[in-house]
Amino acid sequence: MAAENYSMVKALNEALRRSLEADPKTLVMGEDVGRLGGVFRVTDGLHKDFGDARIIDTPLAESGIMGTAIGLALRGYRPVVEIQFDGFVYPAFDQIVTQLAKMHARALGHVKLPITVRIPFGGGIGAVEHHSESHEAYFAHTAGLKVVSPSNPVDAHWMLRQAIASDDPVIFLEPKRRYWDKGVVDPLGEAPAALHAARVARPGRDLTLIAYGPMVKVCLEAAEAAAEDGHQIEVVDLRSLSPVDFDTLEASVKRTGRAVVVHEAPVFMGMGSELAARITERCFYSLEAPVLRVGGYFAPYPPSRVEETYLPDLDRVLDAVDRALAF
Amino acid sequence: MTVESTAGAATAAVPELVQLLTPEGERVEHPRFSLETTPEELRSIYRDLVLVRRFDGEATALQRQGELGLWASLLGQEAAQVGSGRAQRPGDWAFPTYREHGVAWCKGVDPLNLLGMFRGVNHGGWDPYEKNFQLYTIVIGSQTLHATGYAMGITKDGTDDAVVAYFGDGASSQGDVNEAFTFASVYNAPVVFFCQNNQWAISEPTERQTRVPLYQRAAGFGFPGVRVDGNDVLACLAVTRWALERARNGEGPTLIEAFTYRMGAHTTSDDPTRYRIADELEEWKLKDPIERVKAYLVREEWADQEFFDAVDAESEQLARRVREGVRNMPDPDPTSIFENVYAEGHALVDEERAQYVEYAASFDGSEEVGEGR
Ligand SMILES: Cc1ncc(C[n+]2csc(CCOP(=O)(O)OP(=O)(O)O)c2C)c(N)n1
Ligand SMILES: [Mg+2]
Repeated sequence: MAAENYSMVKALNEALRRSLEADPKTLVMGEDVGRLGGVFRVTDGLHKDFGDARIIDTPLAESGIMGTAIGLALRGYRPVVEIQFDGFVYPAFDQIVTQLAKMHARALGHVKLPITVRIPFGGGIGAVEHHSESHEAYFAHTAGLKVVSPSNPVDAHWMLRQAIASDDPVIFLEPKRRYWDKGVVDPLGEAPAALHAARVARPGRDLTLIAYGPMVKVCLEAAEAAAEDGHQIEVVDLRSLSPVDFDTLEASVKRTGRAVVVHEAPVFMGMGSELAARITERCFYSLEAPVLRVGGYFAPYPPSRVEETYLPDLDRVLDAVDRALAF
Repeated sequence: MTVESTAGAATAAVPELVQLLTPEGERVEHPRFSLETTPEELRSIYRDLVLVRRFDGEATALQRQGELGLWASLLGQEAAQVGSGRAQRPGDWAFPTYREHGVAWCKGVDPLNLLGMFRGVNHGGWDPYEKNFQLYTIVIGSQTLHATGYAMGITKDGTDDAVVAYFGDGASSQGDVNEAFTFASVYNAPVVFFCQNNQWAISEPTERQTRVPLYQRAAGFGFPGVRVDGNDVLACLAVTRWALERARNGEGPTLIEAFTYRMGAHTTSDDPTRYRIADELEEWKLKDPIERVKAYLVREEWADQEFFDAVDAESEQLARRVREGVRNMPDPDPTSIFENVYAEGHALVDEERAQYVEYAASFDGSEEVGEGR
């Protein structure tokens, strides 16, 4: 099969299919992942083709899902867990933080937990409470977990296959508002990059915009708009939140001298805080301006009719770009 | 005290289903649960059922018209909710999921209050103390622990109020729900666990959650469990009253499994044709919770056509009020994001509010905030 124009949902679905075909130990488990194909249809058709034993509709209990996935992994399986929405991972948080993240160290390396936890995350889809959370910092803050987030269908496809193949637990954050974006994916081709490598999504020399998942698209649009004002903005798609590819960031910021980090999560104690600190440490003498951050506010994610105010948009990114350039 | 959920009952081939009104509208007696009703009370029950269904139907329509972002319909579950709702006294508290529109109605909550979160103008927003009706809870099972804790507080205060905790068949798998059972049992809390087994948790049938009838779970926790015909409003009323009396009398928690059916989609976002067969729906249509009350009223000549017409007219009026109310619900002010984050305020919230206000003002006279997106 040659390259196809896939939505992110289809790209993920195809990645699951390839992984299930490649390794009989790979399992998919979660709420409504079977006959329904998941509420976003990411597992559509898998139940029909791989059956009950491998595509597992679980009882409605996230701690149970996560804990039994760990048990299955101990027994040699490679579970891909689906958490239905970001806001529902918290019942599983104990299992993720106290067990999934630490068991390898506890066992002095004798135990591997090659589990992928897929979570649709972020806002912008007009949903009710608990369906728009950006909780990446909780996971990235936890040693023992790897955390990644694709921004487009091609990365979604390849990064999911790489995450499933990884022997470490990977929290795989899917930007749900980009689920229906299209991209040309060739499942028979080669992965475009290593799982934990950042990617320069648009080159530029005046300032580096750093984003991941849902905000990459907004940053690319901002760079486009800034170009009309004569500013050449570089956009780095982080792709991996733990580990972070600081070498790529450092090279970029040393060239541009300015950096703005953008995410949906609240700025306070968010990924941007760590990125700003590290960039400052590594690029201090190249910086022309402090590293600025654009993100959600320090408030619960609001009702959908005001979410556009909460979410960073083109204007807010450009506002930060202007402030950084004016320094 | 009889405990249904003993080992004996657990092995029974057909679990007992408490019923006082058959699907055909025949009044039957049950050896343990009796109910005295006046014709007037029955007419009032019928009215509740019809109005609640009409409200629910209007909300579904409003979602289709784009006025609501989402709606979780209670279609088919009117009897379970009106029966258990009417069993409560004003001092009793209800802890709902997101589907308890019929309970809200019985507690006197204005239906318009329920629609704000589905329209996306708030996350609930009503004052739970006003009608003793807690906010809707979306995270499955959480509220059962809150209900139990609230009931523990009632015990400490020494009043004879009680609590009803609502949850679904799917929720019965959650750790929180099982922890609520444990706490309620250990502290003998005055709480009634009211599980609406509507046979589905989105696409998963009840067999995916349990191998025993859900009411039998109570035995393991040390309190009684009863399965009631969830489409029989009289049985739901009688059994919930009984359980609430037990709670008031210091006899502790009860699990009620209201055996019913989700006649619609899980929510307006769901497509049930992907996972369930139409036959099932047809079968349950014959057990409609409203039709049987109507048949009973007609048979006993306790209501005439004039009464039914009047209820229909009232339901249309309600629908109109809801429709207009929703359409006129204003969008929240953007700065509302920063309100009520803390009871005592927080410096960072204040700082970010000020930043936002200044930022928004920078667009004055040029373009709208957010227009560039
Ligand atoms: C902790 C948690 N996990 C998952 C969900 C997503 N979800 C919403 S409703 C639902 C099914 C609930 O089924 P049930 O408890 O039977 O209640 P019903 O919707 O049938 O009334 C699921 C899985 C959620 N809201 N909360
Ligand atoms: Mg259910």
